[in-house]
Amino acid sequence: MSIQTRQIELEVMRYDPEKDEAPWFQSYTVPCLEDWVILDAINYVKDNLDTTLAFRWSCHMMVCGSCGMMVNGEPVLTCKTFVRELPDKVRIEPLENFPIERDLVVVLDDVMQKLHQVQPYIVRKDDPPPEDKEYTQSRGALAKFKQLTMCVNCFVCYAACPQYALNKDFIGPAALTMAHRYNRDNRDQGKSDRLNILADHDGVWDCSFVGACSEVCPKHVDPAAAIQQMKVDGALEFWKQKMGITGDKS
Amino acid sequence: MSRHPYVRPISTTTWYMRNGRYKIYVLRELTSFLVMFYSFLTLFGLAALANSAERWDAFLASQQSTAMVVFHGLALIYFLFFQTFPWFKLAPKAMPVQMGEKKLPDNYIIIGHYVAWLVVTVFIFWLAGVI
Repeated sequence: MSIQTRQIELEVMRYDPEKDEAPWFQSYTVPCLEDWVILDAINYVKDNLDTTLAFRWSCHMMVCGSCGMMVNGEPVLTCKTFVRELPDKVRIEPLENFPIERDLVVVLDDVMQKLHQVQPYIVRKDDPPPEDKEYTQSRGALAKFKQLTMCVNCFVCYAACPQYALNKDFIGPAALTMAHRYNRDNRDQGKSDRLNILADHDGVWDCSFVGACSEVCPKHVDPAAAIQQMKVDGALEFWKQKMGITGDKS
Repeated sequence: MSRHPYVRPISTTTWYMRNGRYKIYVLRELTSFLVMFYSFLTLFGLAALANSAERWDAFLASQQSTAMVVFHGLALIYFLFFQTFPWFKLAPKAMPVQMGEKKLPDNYIIIGHYVAWLVVTVFIFWLAGVI
């Protein structure tokens, strides 16, 4: 029995920083199998047609978050985008709103710095517990933020966000979501440290709830919801401080 | 090998043409013009009320012309589709209610908003003497 393949035309954006003034498109004809995702098609190009094509990938299972690209104008993880759901001509571009390093590889320095800025880790102000003790967390306390822990830092949300497109100072969906994830963690005491960054001009209030980040999130993290919840938290904290009510001292 | 990243240009005036999602967002944001219009209309009405009974009656009459009734009707429909329905649908995202390990189903929060809206509307109608 012969294996059924479907020919698709991949239009791939190319950019060589040493030769090109601007990106351009190169077409490849790829015979795809029924169960292929776009990443398989791109790997086929790399392995059989053009070894010079540069792109990032690692796990092929929606965990590493490195294969985010624009597929027919939509920011996606290419490892979960099936070829069978797409037309015969597919346009592949590097993630929008990021500078292009080379071909489909983008420069992520800015978002990495933003992630670092929001302290995406458990901050403790008191002494660490004795070696035979641990920080406890009930299942209810975990449920408050579990969905947010699904983020794989693929930054597909930044490619969808028009606020980030127009204002690169905006902290953006994934970094704000990570801040919210740790603010909601009962083991964390860094909320007040993060508030200075989150409530600042380029923090949560720069988000106008377009909601595109949540629509494209491949892990259903719902960054837009997290940001709106932070606005509510931030506003409550502001009024607590105004009224002299002892707020969250953590 | 030197690094020379390429930054794709973005139009600050036509960025929303990029996809349907952005266009719907901009249509939603355009309701701000209607909000501005109704803010001025309210001020105008208050000024008429403060001025004299004749001015107030004239203001009321101006709002009952066919053109204004059609305009108010269209504005109401626009607000419903680009403010009320989407925001009530999104309310559970901004205000989730957690009880123990479970979240209150989204529909409860959405229906709660519609009920509150209905109560406020009935109260205003009652206040205005419509019912």
